[in-house]
Amino acid sequence: MNLLQVQGLTARYGDFQALYGVDLHLDAGEAIAIIGANGAGKTTLMRSISGVLRNAPEMITLDGAPMGAARADEMLMQGVAMVPEGRKLFPSLSVEENLLIGAHARKAAGYWTLRKVYDLFPILHEKRRQPATSLSGGQQQMVAIGRALMSNPRVLLCDEISLGLAPVVIRDIYAALPQIRDSGAAVIVVEQDIGQALKVADRVYCMMEGRVTLSGLPSELSREAIHDAYFGVSA
Amino acid sequence: MIWVDTIVQGILLGGLYALFAAGLSLVFGIMRLVNLAHGDLIVMAAYVILVVVSFLGINPFLAAAIAMPLMFGFGWLLQRIVLNRVLGEDILPPLLVTFGLSIVLQNALLEGFTADSQRIGAGALETASFAVGPVTLGVMPVLTFLSAIAVIVGLNQLFYRTALGRAFRATSDDPVTASLMGIKPASVFATATGIAMIVVTIAALYLGMRANFDPTIGPARLIYAFEAVIIGGLGSLWGTLAGGIIIGVAQTVGAAINPEWQILAGHVAFLVVLLIKPRGLFPRAYD
Repeated sequence: MNLLQVQGLTARYGDFQALYGVDLHLDAGEAIAIIGANGAGKTTLMRSISGVLRNAPEMITLDGAPMGAARADEMLMQGVAMVPEGRKLFPSLSVEENLLIGAHARKAAGYWTLRKVYDLFPILHEKRRQPATSLSGGQQQMVAIGRALMSNPRVLLCDEISLGLAPVVIRDIYAALPQIRDSGAAVIVVEQDIGQALKVADRVYCMMEGRVTLSGLPSELSREAIHDAYFGVSA
Repeated sequence: MIWVDTIVQGILLGGLYALFAAGLSLVFGIMRLVNLAHGDLIVMAAYVILVVVSFLGINPFLAAAIAMPLMFGFGWLLQRIVLNRVLGEDILPPLLVTFGLSIVLQNALLEGFTADSQRIGAGALETASFAVGPVTLGVMPVLTFLSAIAVIVGLNQLFYRTALGRAFRATSDDPVTASLMGIKPASVFATATGIAMIVVTIAALYLGMRANFDPTIGPARLIYAFEAVIIGGLGSLWGTLAGGIIIGVAQTVGAAINPEWQILAGHVAFLVVLLIKPRGLFPRAYD
């Protein structure tokens, strides 16, 4: 059985339909990437899985249990943690407090502790007393990832973690991914950077206009196929 | 020397206003909710203490300790059942609902306790005093002031030293992201209002022991509390104490010049601070 299964997921904002029947699945320990242009529905998909947007129960299942209607706090308690788009750190909290609040509700025993997060991103230990939003963009992204890891999630959702960051910083952040996978978390990475996504993922889903237009193993997908699925036109 | 005495009495009076304001400041700081029924909730808590005192025949401080969990529960339910439903982008619905709550509370108290003014008897404590150099201090005003300091120190400890305080601040920053941390904003808000009602009970204890009260005096207490919060800067508890002290000193100085100017002087001080620093003395760095 899949750890996480999304089936026929639809989502709308008022009159605007953002997702038209999206299907995907994630196995334990697996990493998948979701690529697509702006407005393809990637973030809406993440917000649905994390419970920020709520759906019909059977549209999202976790270990076979229908969770589509669960709230964000319930999804977290079930082990689905999210690194939201734009990082969304708490400005009133220091770096360390931002990390600690990740384990506020779900105190699951596991690999990740404050110490392990500082081992993963040593710069955060140095800056632990500073207000989180005083850090550079890349360091803030590290806080956001560390905060999600503190709950020892079974599924880690990473929404656009490279957006707005310099290439060298993106490389540093993606360098943490193998260790996150080794800790046992399955990972969903949402990316606009196709190269980055193909490098880290076991499988790739490409989205366009609220639908999955292509999916498969990175080695099997040709540049042309991805290009078509991404932009909807042949090059 | 009379001026030293006037100013010291004003500072101590500021402690009472800070107590009125601390609960308001707490709730506003966490959920951006302006509770227009705050003054009436203080009056209601004073009646709860009065009832406990007269039924059990115990010391008012003990009675307040019994009233605190009752008021916490009332605040929790009020937030959970009523106020959480009206929180949102639009600030008008919570204003209307708490305005309505204010009217409901006043009329319920009138029905239950009549319009007669009441007082919580504190025995010898009411008139006890001691001399510090040239100034004579009433024990009750000093106790009030020390309680205000204790409440603000306590709330600051809660805010900045505990996991619950961390959840308060995170939820205040961003309730949606807080829910991604497994936090339930609705129960965080309910707990915050419950804690605010404990502070309200402490304020009510001193309100009732220091002067007469009746069901209609709530809105005037709300105005002092509101002014103290605004002077101090929204969301800053020490600022709220400073705001209370500024109003208190302005009132005693105004009264020393002409007794008719007491209330007016407090309001004028509020307006002057707003003219000079529109965001208050200690505003939060971001908003």
